[in-house]
Amino acid sequence: MHEMSLALRIIEVAESEAKKAAATRISSIEVEVGRLAGVMAEALTFCLDAASRGTMAESAKIVFITTAGSGHCLDCKRDISVDEFPAQCPDCHGFGVTINNGTELKIRSISIDDNEGRQDNV
Amino acid sequence: MCDSCHCNGNHDHQNVTIHHRSSHSHNHSQTEKTIRVERDVLDKNNTLGAANRAFFARQQILALNLVSSPGSGKTSILERTIRDVGRELTISVIEGDQQTVRDAERIQATGAEAIQVNTGTGCHLDAHMIQSALPQLKPTPHSLLFIENVGNLVCPALFDLGEAAKVVIISVTEGEDKPLKYPHMFRAASICVINKIDLLPYLDFDLALCKELARQVNPELIFFEVSAKNGDGFDNWYHWLRQEFLLINTVENS
Ligand SMILES: [Zn+2]
Repeated sequence: MHEMSLALRIIEVAESEAKKAAATRISSIEVEVGRLAGVMAEALTFCLDAASRGTMAESAKIVFITTAGSGHCLDCKRDISVDEFPAQCPDCHGFGVTINNGTELKIRSISIDDNEGRQDNV
Repeated sequence: MCDSCHCNGNHDHQNVTIHHRSSHSHNHSQTEKTIRVERDVLDKNNTLGAANRAFFARQQILALNLVSSPGSGKTSILERTIRDVGRELTISVIEGDQQTVRDAERIQATGAEAIQVNTGTGCHLDAHMIQSALPQLKPTPHSLLFIENVGNLVCPALFDLGEAAKVVIISVTEGEDKPLKYPHMFRAASICVINKIDLLPYLDFDLALCKELARQVNPELIFFEVSAKNGDGFDNWYHWLRQEFLLINTVENS
């Protein structure tokens, strides 16, 4: 399950960002997962649970932002939405489709406890 | 700021899923602070993969990442390839395996340099494992490097090892719909080797259909149909290998 490697990396990045900000606890992690990223949110959640044990993100809330997939039909020369592979053009039913969006997999932000009690608006 | 996910309100909330843990208490206190991170989860692997690719280019090494489900005959294809072209091209192998060294021993028996990378519970090789294996394997410049990935058509699709191409291997004893079941792998690959074609007369496997479904997922796929058992179809595969090998050497010299 590759989701475990991804989960370990997410926690690693989140912790290093939190340490930079001198935080002691991560309250939430926002992860963007494209529909075509090849990642199952359920599996990733399960792995994040295990990967965060004993870390600053132990009780963090995981927020998934799912982004839609889109592509471009090379025959019709038009942009289409793509929800899964194989990507098929709804007009010409061809499979010659390049993918523009939906393969994203990134850590967007983390929320931490602000120990100094500052009220930074981000 | 949005209360449910601390965002700036610039996304559609239908697409947001929040996974609460039992230990999470709702504490939307004002001492919470959000930090923008915007980091690709695969960035570290991709950076190391790019470094491996640069190393291979400098050394004029053609690196191929072989992926398949278990039992497709990946190791048998490698054994035959090494026996047949090992005299004209220097070949070394990185064997990814969860536990055993059996595959590495089979490869070493052909005379090729082989190194075993045990992934333990891991289901794929990553760029860091390849980077760590290279100083030990010391592949010679102007050579061919096969990376035999862990038998798994899901996980290795996401990890760039720095290879020139991913070669996905399936056999005719599997279903024709394998490409539809594992589309990410068939998209990540540039080459598809269909093995065990000697068994076609005894099976219902529809070769044309399999290729058609694979092309739906990845129209650019190049196919080779082989039998690792009797050697059928290997000439085309060797022809491609020689061509690719010449290509990287020509590009580097120009
Ligand atoms: Zn079209």
